[in-house]
Amino acid sequence: MAKTIIPIGPYHPLQEEPEFFILTVEGETVVDIDLRIGYNHRGIEKLCEQQTYDQVTFVVERVCGICSTSHPFAYTQAVEDILSIEAPPRAQYIRTIIAEGERLHSHLLWLGLAGHFLGYNTIFMWAWKLREEILDVMEILSGNRNNYAMFKVGGVLRDIKKEDIPTVQKKVDSIVPTLKKLRSAVMDDPVLHARTKGIGVLSREAAIDYCAVGPTARASGVARDIRKNSPYGVYDQVDWNMVVTENGDVFDKVLVRLGEMFESVKIITACLSQLPEGEIDCHITEVPPGEGIGHIEAPRGECFHYVRSDGTNRPERHKIRAPTFMNLPTFKKTVIGGKIPDTVITLAAIDPCYCCTERMTVQDLKGQKLYTGEDLIRLSQEKTDQIIAEMRR
Amino acid sequence: MRLLEKVFLKSLWVFHLATGSCNNCDIEILDCLTPRHDIERFGMLLTGSIKHADVLMVTGAVNRQCIPRIKRVYEQMPKPRLVVAIGECALSRGVFMQSYNCPMPLDHVIPVDVYIPGCPPRPEAIMAGLLKLIERRKENRAETGRENDSR
Ligand code: SF4
Repeated sequence: MAKTIIPIGPYHPLQEEPEFFILTVEGETVVDIDLRIGYNHRGIEKLCEQQTYDQVTFVVERVCGICSTSHPFAYTQAVEDILSIEAPPRAQYIRTIIAEGERLHSHLLWLGLAGHFLGYNTIFMWAWKLREEILDVMEILSGNRNNYAMFKVGGVLRDIKKEDIPTVQKKVDSIVPTLKKLRSAVMDDPVLHARTKGIGVLSREAAIDYCAVGPTARASGVARDIRKNSPYGVYDQVDWNMVVTENGDVFDKVLVRLGEMFESVKIITACLSQLPEGEIDCHITEVPPGEGIGHIEAPRGECFHYVRSDGTNRPERHKIRAPTFMNLPTFKKTVIGGKIPDTVITLAAIDPCYCCTERMTVQDLKGQKLYTGEDLIRLSQEKTDQIIAEMRR
Repeated sequence: MRLLEKVFLKSLWVFHLATGSCNNCDIEILDCLTPRHDIERFGMLLTGSIKHADVLMVTGAVNRQCIPRIKRVYEQMPKPRLVVAIGECALSRGVFMQSYNCPMPLDHVIPVDVYIPGCPPRPEAIMAGLLKLIERRKENRAETGRENDSR
């Protein structure tokens, strides 16, 4: 059978690292996938070397809008590693609260888009409506809906006011019933099971071989979570569980993320009730020569920053490794052998890629056949309709 | 043409182009569609194809790889067409001003009709910007009694 090449990308909104996929298909089956990255290049690492330590926090915040806490968090840890200091306890608590709020909104965002690609726009609307509540919480805490600007080397920039805590707690609690409803909607729906179970399976061995991180690895039974393995912030002082599942398919990745949202609520509640009094900043004046690393668990997996200082007020070298960089190559395992309508959700399952589908084109080698991204989403949604129709019969 | 302009402003279809953004602006655009803001009540709809679009919403600090692609997308747009620059990045490149890969702001690449500042702008700001755009075009038409030049 003739092989068909499907280029996907490179530009798709909503994601930290746009990339360009080249799918090779035979009929309906995907036989190969290739990957190019570097389309959204803004030269951030170089830019960081031109900024002072205080300014860099704001630049790394804009590496990715969805992870706008993870990058400053990892960066401040790296600089604090050079200084061999730790932020004051109250600052650590505040950082943890913000980081978990971000995880909640990021997972909801993903869930909504995954629902959309499967033809469940109701889930999209529900999840994004719920996400607004989280954004309200973030706005109360930091003054911004996104790009919170809370981080600072040696502490945080803003304190949490006492009178805000009850409101925040109420808002966070109020999302739990809806989250439960969402979870049961996903768990009980036979169509969703049919669309996601056994699709895009990443085995445990493959997850380890490809160094998968975050929910992608945890869905394959690899118990890897920086928050537990190498605790930072106050994750070792509050009670929470790592969510790990065994099968590695798309369904399990949904389960892991749904589970983590409940854990995040738990962590935020515990942090708010245990919030100690005291300083929120330890007033750093200069950074000595040396090198430091910081790694944290972003919503998508491990986010790693390396900073080398030469004693001036700017970093000499700043290296960033975002989680998606590690997760992307797993497509080699998950997509190959799958069907075209399933690629959309498989690519979306690691959470970089819900948007690449918007700019997908399917083209056969001789250029006779042309599908657009919309067609692919339509194919995916049609498959869901088909399953529904079959089940009714 | 009069009729076209009238119909045009009743229901704007929007195409969204990210040109090296940090995603937040893009998410806020999507947010406009969701129940709390619901931009569809103004007749606006996000479309997946540039050939169906009336408005091009551009986010991000235009990077070198994007420049030819932005031009191409703009040329493929049917007239009349409007361009909205969203976020500090598209307006002036924001924090990426000194980056070696972001040589110029968006309005040096294609003509821009509306600038919506903010990093990211709130969904309310995006909606307000679009509504102002519609208002202004309507006023222009009433004042001059003729069509805007539909670039
Ligand atoms: S303006 Fe701000 S939020 Fe928007 S893309 Fe640029 S850095 Fe991100």
